[in-house]
Amino acid sequence: MHVRLELYASLMKHLPPDAVRHRAEVEVDAGTSPHALLDRCGVPREQAHLVLRNGVFLYPEQRDDTPLEEGDVIAVWPPVAGG
Amino acid sequence: MAWTRKILRVDLSAGTCIPEALNMAWANEYLGQRGLATKYLAEEIDPTCDPLGPENKMIMATGPLTGTMASTGGRYSVITKSPLTGLVACSNSGGFIGAEMKNAGWDMIIFEGKAPEPVYLYVENDKAELRSAADLWGKSVWEADELLHKKHQDAQLRIACIGRSAEAGCLYAAVINDLHRAAGRSGVGTVMASKNLKAVAVRGTLGVGNIDDPKAFMDAVNAGKQVLAENAVTGQGLPTYGTQVLMNVINGMGAMPTRNMREVQFEGAENISGEAMHEPRASDGKPNLTTNAGCFGCTIACGRISTVDKGHFSVKNKPEYWGNSGGLEYEAAWALGSDTGVDDLDALTYVNFLCNEDGIDPISFGATVAAAMELYQAGAITRETTGGIDLSFGGADALVKMAELTATGEGFGKDLGLGSKRLCEKYGMPELSMTVKNQEFPAYDPRGIQGMGLAYATSNRGACHLRGYTVASEVLGIPFKTDPLVTDGKAELVKAFQDATAAVDSSGLCVFTTFAWSMENIAPQVDGACEGDWNVDRMLEVGERIWNLERDFNMRAGMTADQDTLPKRLLKEAANVGPAQGRVNDLDKMLPEYYELRGWTPEGQIKPETLNRLGLG
Repeated sequence: MHVRLELYASLMKHLPPDAVRHRAEVEVDAGTSPHALLDRCGVPREQAHLVLRNGVFLYPEQRDDTPLEEGDVIAVWPPVAGG
Repeated sequence: MAWTRKILRVDLSAGTCIPEALNMAWANEYLGQRGLATKYLAEEIDPTCDPLGPENKMIMATGPLTGTMASTGGRYSVITKSPLTGLVACSNSGGFIGAEMKNAGWDMIIFEGKAPEPVYLYVENDKAELRSAADLWGKSVWEADELLHKKHQDAQLRIACIGRSAEAGCLYAAVINDLHRAAGRSGVGTVMASKNLKAVAVRGTLGVGNIDDPKAFMDAVNAGKQVLAENAVTGQGLPTYGTQVLMNVINGMGAMPTRNMREVQFEGAENISGEAMHEPRASDGKPNLTTNAGCFGCTIACGRISTVDKGHFSVKNKPEYWGNSGGLEYEAAWALGSDTGVDDLDALTYVNFLCNEDGIDPISFGATVAAAMELYQAGAITRETTGGIDLSFGGADALVKMAELTATGEGFGKDLGLGSKRLCEKYGMPELSMTVKNQEFPAYDPRGIQGMGLAYATSNRGACHLRGYTVASEVLGIPFKTDPLVTDGKAELVKAFQDATAAVDSSGLCVFTTFAWSMENIAPQVDGACEGDWNVDRMLEVGERIWNLERDFNMRAGMTADQDTLPKRLLKEAANVGPAQGRVNDLDKMLPEYYELRGWTPEGQIKPETLNRLGLG
């Protein structure tokens, strides 16, 4: 199954080598959770503050039991803010 | 105390500078800066006065923590009646001049009347005098700043100044201090120009030693600094990426106002983001961002210092723009970029330089250009109107040209200086103006962040993110996460943010501390510095009092509650993509509850018992 992983700000260092800018196209098994995807890329869970699945925020408790679907975009930020 | 208990009253008509005692009864009710100066303004001017007439006053005000050891304690605000909105204006700025004012011994400076000829105010501790600005008028902020430093032979002189846009009557002109910090919104620079006041130059060497309980104050300050340092946002995120880190976040969640707020995602967002500012350029291998920078006393240092590629069309053969200067913050990058459809990072950075150089609010400017682009697309304005320029969305060269014209008020730049509302009215399509109470929107689409719709609609200075930044909760999870697409609970959230922010804005601290600090961190610092008992409850009550004072001023100025609304586009035209697809802003589901929580009537009038409870009766 094919999903897109986007890592921003200080998390960009965890992107796989074939990533373009912020994003990497990755193959995952059906049923993979967002947390499992982040673990696979070495993104520390405590630094994954904002996790958006197709633009919608996933609460920490949803990140283990929300199976990814074909074409999903998972975008992740560390704690950030602006104004 | 922390207050110096002394204010400077400058009568520009008479040419006098007279010290007077600070009204401590008011200081105890309104704290300082935004609150206290608004109290002075409300007491001293007729709210219906012409904002550009001599009867309006302009106040530069510090808070009790300005100039102290508190982190970010360098803020000051410019308070006046706005020519853009006709309502109370309060524009907050960092840099160094606020702390310098306090070090010179002044809590605030009140300007009244109008000078017969251009002048600047020179303050050196307790010496204050008006001097001729004949040689400064017609100069940019940067030129005037250099001339003043040379004239006084004092590198540490701190200067706040207006640029040529203000002199030309641009209704959203800013007061720029320390070259690239801005009291940016609502046209406070335009008021300064109307008074023939070009600059305020301050040197203070007296120190700020009047702390009520020094040990308690320093304990609270040190504890607060530790919290800022250990917090991932204020300790790492903001210094590294600045506010611009939000570009990809807000775009990703489909709340990025794009092309005059017709759309909610910008395909070029990543090209103008905080991350893009770190990427090496193809030409010289250097990134746009040179370093971060901090204002007086700040231990966050979110400011951006940037360069433009020397080979870029905007600065080719203009070496004066090749050096480091104030770079893009998120709001400027959004307004100049996404809202106009321009994703050229160098062009945006150059235009941002121009906004600093000639004192233009980049939010209102970018949003007004965006409105002009939609007018152009609709055929309401043509190349004949623009002076031959193709004003299609996405044109970096057109954006650059518009900024150059607005900076000096030439050609179509004069029209752009009217702001979005008056521009769209002039060309017969007022519905294209994306404004609340005549002030242009900032960078969060309220269809995708519902609470911000209520915050915009009820903001006392028109559309503004800094009057109640519920983005912190709805998007960033600070202090707790709420769903941006629901309306339940947002009335309470907006009120809480509005009241707390009014108190922070009156303290001398930067509102960005609240990404890490709660009022439990702030109140002990105020309490240590100021006489009396400044606990959390009192701070929040002061905030609520200030909010209602501003509302009362606005109502007396002629504002009506039916102006507590949003442009029809945001209430009727649904978001076209992303999580908010199909949604409009459901303001009508939040506003009645908000009025009730505020203690206002269903018609938006402040109830007499609310006024009495807050001591405003």
